[in-house]
Amino acid sequence: MGGGISKMLQKLFGNKEMRILMLGLDAAGKTTILYKLKLNQSVTTIPTVGFNVETVTYKNVKFNVWDVGGQDKIRPLWRHYYTGTQALIFVVDSADRDRIDEARTELHRIVSDREMKDCLLLVFANKQDLPSAMTPAEVTEKLGLHRMRDRQWYVHPSCATTGEGLFEGLSWLSQNIKTP
Amino acid sequence: MHLDHSVVLQEARAFNETPIRPRQSRLLLAKIVFLLYRGDTMSTTEATNLFFSITKLFQCKDMSLRQMVYLTIKELSTISEDVIMVTSSLMKDMQPNSEITYRANAIRALCKIVDPSMLPGIERFLKAAIVEKSPSITSSALVSSLHLFNEAKDVVRRWGNEVSEALNGKSLSQSSSFFGGSSSQNQVVSTSNIVQYHAIGLLYAIRQHDRMAVLKLVQTFSGQNKSSGWMGSGSSSVLRSNSAHVMLIRYAVRVMEGDPSLAPQLHTLLEEWIRHRSDMVSLEAARAVCQLKEVTDKQLTAAVNALQLFLSSPKAVVRFAAIRTLNVLARTHPEAVQPCNVDMEGLITDSNRSVATFAITTLLKTGNEASVERLMKQMQGFMAEISDEFKIIVAEAVRSLCGKFPAKHGLFLGFLSGVLRDEGGYEFKRAAIEAIVDLAKHVGECREVALGHLCEFIEDCEFTKLSVRVLHFLGEEGPGTARPTVYIRHIYNRVVLENAVVRAAAVSALAKFGAAPKADAALQRSVAVLLTRCLDDRDDEVRDRAAWGLRMIGGEQTRARYVRDDSTFSLAVLERRLVEYCADPQAARRARFDFGGVPRISRAQEEEARHRVRLDAMDQVLTGATLSAPAANSSAKDDVAQGDARGAGAAERVVEYARQLAAIPALAAFGERPLVSSQRAVELSEAETEYVVRCVKHVYARHVVFQFDVTNTIAEQVLEQVEVAMESDDIAGVLQPVVAVPIPVLRCDTPGSAYVGFERLGDDVVAASFACSLRFVVKECDPATGEPEEGDDGFEDDYSLEAADIGPGDFMQATYLPDSDALWEALAESEAVETFALSSFTSIEECIASVSELLNMCPLDNALAPRSKAAHKAAFTGKWLGQAKTIARTRMAFQKGAGVTMELAVRSEDPAVSELVVSAIA
Repeated sequence: MGGGISKMLQKLFGNKEMRILMLGLDAAGKTTILYKLKLNQSVTTIPTVGFNVETVTYKNVKFNVWDVGGQDKIRPLWRHYYTGTQALIFVVDSADRDRIDEARTELHRIVSDREMKDCLLLVFANKQDLPSAMTPAEVTEKLGLHRMRDRQWYVHPSCATTGEGLFEGLSWLSQNIKTP
Repeated sequence: MHLDHSVVLQEARAFNETPIRPRQSRLLLAKIVFLLYRGDTMSTTEATNLFFSITKLFQCKDMSLRQMVYLTIKELSTISEDVIMVTSSLMKDMQPNSEITYRANAIRALCKIVDPSMLPGIERFLKAAIVEKSPSITSSALVSSLHLFNEAKDVVRRWGNEVSEALNGKSLSQSSSFFGGSSSQNQVVSTSNIVQYHAIGLLYAIRQHDRMAVLKLVQTFSGQNKSSGWMGSGSSSVLRSNSAHVMLIRYAVRVMEGDPSLAPQLHTLLEEWIRHRSDMVSLEAARAVCQLKEVTDKQLTAAVNALQLFLSSPKAVVRFAAIRTLNVLARTHPEAVQPCNVDMEGLITDSNRSVATFAITTLLKTGNEASVERLMKQMQGFMAEISDEFKIIVAEAVRSLCGKFPAKHGLFLGFLSGVLRDEGGYEFKRAAIEAIVDLAKHVGECREVALGHLCEFIEDCEFTKLSVRVLHFLGEEGPGTARPTVYIRHIYNRVVLENAVVRAAAVSALAKFGAAPKADAALQRSVAVLLTRCLDDRDDEVRDRAAWGLRMIGGEQTRARYVRDDSTFSLAVLERRLVEYCADPQAARRARFDFGGVPRISRAQEEEARHRVRLDAMDQVLTGATLSAPAANSSAKDDVAQGDARGAGAAERVVEYARQLAAIPALAAFGERPLVSSQRAVELSEAETEYVVRCVKHVYARHVVFQFDVTNTIAEQVLEQVEVAMESDDIAGVLQPVVAVPIPVLRCDTPGSAYVGFERLGDDVVAASFACSLRFVVKECDPATGEPEEGDDGFEDDYSLEAADIGPGDFMQATYLPDSDALWEALAESEAVETFALSSFTSIEECIASVSELLNMCPLDNALAPRSKAAHKAAFTGKWLGQAKTIARTRMAFQKGAGVTMELAVRSEDPAVSELVVSAIA
């Protein structure tokens, strides 16, 4: 019954809740993005062994963001966090041309999982402040996103330290979320 | 409470749902923890799945839920895979800006999931947590560090300063709450001072190998500076926690054991602590005094007086602690405990049965023959009321009494057979059986009665192992009795009624009856008939044994050799040799396994070795000395090695030496393995010096090798090219130095072995003494890494050692020779006899000990334990160079004023050896 009431309230106030999984290679800037969103501060981070989880409210939508570490030894454990995920934020270090192929492989592996069949995909082409950064179009192409037909995806340029582009990304998510 | 494993795991899927429902989740976690505590096992997959669902709960900030999460993670940390997944989350929770409750518990959980490689990453936080103001955080950090210490000693060792700060921690939590109040509103103010307990434990773990540091620790908290200014400056080093104080006492005892020269000083401390106002501290101090190895009666008196007062304490636990300590003490110093007899009699009727049991068994040890009877009656009264554990203690007590008052055997047997009829577990029944066996062995008069009780016992025995034990014993003792047929009847009943294992044991026992020297033709025939019937048994083993038994009964020779064989292989050595043999595929092709190389020991020795192991085990159980176990154990082993160096333990060491020697190319030319190795190492340095050196000698066919085991105890030094220089004037023409193997690098606390090899120029054996000194190059090094500082070329140094000796005894392998009487007769021609007047000895004991040491042979029977003060006969056996069987017999007489007169006769397969051995004494 409690659930029923909260659903009604949600309807009344238009409050939405969204569960988001944020993945990407190590040092792509996931944790920095999370805390920039949460605290609006640029924090110094250490490699995440495990995960961080925070709730960020933006435009009446509660984003429940799971930031899971990207080190080699953690990647096999990502799958434990797929269930119930409505959107995947995939963070790419736009300046790391050497590993963009590796990023593509990982991304395709994630989205091909059955649990992730219906989720939205937002790609942050992060670290746009760096001089050698790839453009969003380049990232799109390198990640092979054009081949993904059955999925809503969106690539947005971002810079985690300044916060540029982050909320635009969230806006896209909140607009495209399918209300259950 | 009934909870189903799979149902709970099913419910746990709810953790994956959003939003989290904290109350419901917490209840579920409690169920999971309950299952784990109950002992349910969880498969790795189940646990891993569960663990990952639990990680989802980190999104909820509810404090009581989070606490439950920590708890469950700790439990799952050993079962689940990939537990490092919560590292980040826990590290976030232990940061100074989170709640205290979060922080303390996060630290504990974190330390369970990190592996040592990740430790450097969190080291900074843990160090900070150790010196934290809040006791709950400090305690968690300390306890966690203690757990981590086992996995990453080097890292944790670096935290010594923080730990001492926590230990000395001016009662921060309290003073701030008294005076500064507001600064610590949220913290739970602890009055138990448990931080000190945890800190002292960790500090000791870190410093345990540095005796001076431990001594300093003990002295700091000795409370002796109390008088200088109470309530004042001195209070900074006071132990406020009783538990910590108890630990301190144990550490003090460790220091005393390690360095006897400090004993008097520390003893004063212990006596002071006996008067401590806390029961716990006082009891521990008294217990420590009672357990000291070398304790004077005067010192004991103070401790016993304190314990006596505790006997009348209203608290059962205090009475129990006191009586238990007295009970252990009574084993070694019954006379010291006697003053408490009256108080202990009062405790026999104590409502706490454990206290009563200890009271009775203690009284049995301190009491005299007259009081025993009364006590046994009382005991019978409450045997049914106590648990098995205590029944075992009673059985053991009765067993030791059997030895003390053999005249009362009837009483004891009655008691033991009575308790055997009662209900009881295996361990208890075994203790009772062993007590009866002891009686039967040592008290001749009651043997038949005892055997009768044992027969009765196996008629209705539910424990296969015990039946086998009893049957074996009947087989040993039964044939010597007046009417062996009685026992045969009981044994054969087992063949009819029991399981295969027992039947096999019964068949072996029957065979022993048939093969006994006393067995007449009629008996042999009867046994043969019974064994023939056993040939139809369903079980292979039983049939085999029956067939074997039938064959053995046939001939006198085979009987003597196989059935009544009184010697056995040293099993430990045999096992190791066989393993070596099997491990080397070449060996099997080259030759058959060589049984000659395995030393034989007599049955009596084997029995003795077993007895010793059992006593050791019993001591440990009774004293509960887990803390001092390693130290006590090793020293006990040394004692044993010295007293009974010729036992199986020595033989094992020889195998170990052979393995080491074989690995050194320079010595390989001397032979495959040494023929004789000395059985105990001789200390060439004083205890507690910079370098510890022990010497062991190995004799090859044509060579002699001195092995020097060197330990460097200085952490700041690395020694290189360590060798031992040996000089002697006595060896010209007999021994010639041929090889010296140095130790290339010797770091602190890692022992190394240097070798010096001599060639034997003839067959002569010389008694020589070598002046020895250690020569090496010293380099300074960083104690932490053990690497020498760069550019340090070092300097040469030497260090003089005590002299190393060699004598004829070193060429003799002390081994037991079976059937030595027949051998003695056979070797009559090779006899060498000499009579000595040894005026310097003042007793037979002294003389036989010294002769035994010189001969270095295996003493037979009671060779080393003379029965009379005036005259003694002894025999020794051994193999010269591990080959020629040699027997020495000696007779000695002692007269006051004249000293000892001794005749030594030696016979050997090699006549020259007889002369040599005799000359060893002269």
